[in-house]
Amino acid sequence: MPADINYWPLLGVAVVVFGFALKRNPVLVVVVAGLVSGVAAGLPVADLLTLLGRSFVENRLLLLFVLTLPVIGLLERHGLRERARRWIASFRRLRLFHILISYLGLRQLLAMFGLTHVAGHAQTVRPLIAPMSEAAAERELGPLDDDERARVRANAAATDNIGLFFGEDIFIAFSAVLLIQAFFARNDIVLEPLEIARWAIPTAIAAFVIHSIRLWLLQRRLLRARREKAQRESADAAH
Amino acid sequence: MLRIEHLYWVVAAFLFVTAILNLRDRRFSMATFWLLLSVPFVFGEAILDALRAGTEWPAQAIGMIVIVLGVLASMNPLRSVAEAADAEAHQQRSADRLGNRIFIPALALPTITLMLYLGRDLLVWNGVPLLDPKAQTLTSLGVACVLSLALGMAVTHARAPEPLAEGRRLLDSLGWAVLLPMVLATLGGVFITTGVGSAIASVTAAVIPIDNRVACLLAFALGMVLFTVVMGNAFAAFPVMMAGIGLPLLIMEHGANPALLGAVGMLTGYCGTLLTPMAANFNIVPAVLLELPDQYGVIRAQAGTAIALIVFNVGLMLMLVFR
Repeated sequence: MPADINYWPLLGVAVVVFGFALKRNPVLVVVVAGLVSGVAAGLPVADLLTLLGRSFVENRLLLLFVLTLPVIGLLERHGLRERARRWIASFRRLRLFHILISYLGLRQLLAMFGLTHVAGHAQTVRPLIAPMSEAAAERELGPLDDDERARVRANAAATDNIGLFFGEDIFIAFSAVLLIQAFFARNDIVLEPLEIARWAIPTAIAAFVIHSIRLWLLQRRLLRARREKAQRESADAAH
Repeated sequence: MLRIEHLYWVVAAFLFVTAILNLRDRRFSMATFWLLLSVPFVFGEAILDALRAGTEWPAQAIGMIVIVLGVLASMNPLRSVAEAADAEAHQQRSADRLGNRIFIPALALPTITLMLYLGRDLLVWNGVPLLDPKAQTLTSLGVACVLSLALGMAVTHARAPEPLAEGRRLLDSLGWAVLLPMVLATLGGVFITTGVGSAIASVTAAVIPIDNRVACLLAFALGMVLFTVVMGNAFAAFPVMMAGIGLPLLIMEHGANPALLGAVGMLTGYCGTLLTPMAANFNIVPAVLLELPDQYGVIRAQAGTAIALIVFNVGLMLMLVFR
């Protein structure tokens, strides 16, 4: 290992790992990790504060999604989720994995054209996709227990993430593609964005296939758990 | 022209109203939390300008605020804010009264975002683009939020304070989770400046057999995953692993295809994003938003896909990258 590298800032990583493992408040853990890593690197306190403040301000874009909350809250108050549930329940043949696989494909296609903020956890998953998935699962299984409901909701959110992540990299103006291009350009390797983006296609297809299979398995597993429970109960009743 | 800065001011106003409503309910630490958080949204651009001009104290003040926010976050545990007792009955009645009309504003939000984004070249006034050219989708989303809110109020006949009260209810139930993505991104900045990345890359490079191209490739791919898990962001992992292993060993030494290595390497990092609570906006915020009992519920649901995709990506690189 080269001797001129300061390894002490790695303490910040240790703070993160232990903080999360001990289930401390994540925001506090992260702030402490930043302070530890800064002090370990020998940064003066004033510079460390500047660094914290600057990075925080530069990343305020990440909070823009709160603008969706008033309209989503208002529509929920007026029964949006209830209505979404009933609308799905009116289609007899529609099953849980149909909804989630369609959403996965749609999310990937939209992200591929750079439309990453058209859908999202606050905009579409909570008000529409989660209640629709629950309604579809409910028609097949009857009323969901807490555990089943949590699993259906978690999978709706997971589907959104996977659709987003493995679609956006094909969009040539997406920042990941540009980041890769810029990194190589600094090191005298000149690439066109399209050359990079096309290599994201095989993984995008694999993501769609793998996740679709897992959604189908989820549906099957939920059904089987129900059937086994029913069998156990009827066996108990017979005794 | 509409700059992204204007939308930050709308965010600031919303945070400010939430602070006032909490103050009215005598929830002082929650009120302080939202009030302090609104500061970087009001003065953001001015702080960055001052910094470029060499004045550091405003940024340092924000640094202090970040520390105070961390302490306040640990004092305000997450809890879902109770809906009014009549809420459910009210929702039923509204759902019956409004029928499918309730979908109009809900679908308007993504549709308007899409239309504004696609029509961005037409939205020009006296040669000046109306949407911020540096952040087109986000400004489109911001405008769509405001327009669909107006539409929503028209459809539901709600009075003005109602969306603010409902927005506040959602924001309060998100609580500190709303802040986590921002502080994590901040930590990423601190980690890069303090040399955490180069330290990790040098440790990795010291323990792998560098003449074996398969070992180098595995170290690169798993390094992308692990580093992304720690940093919560594949963008932070990419330059570190590429500069540490990808460029000097795989591309220079073993002749790997840079376009393929870059694209698939980045996507392997994304699999790490699916696995880590550090990527809070994707993994923790939705768990809170969907009221899951387990904070790691979303991660559990996507772990299987992530691991299968890591295997797929490594296989793809092994087959094609050295040709």
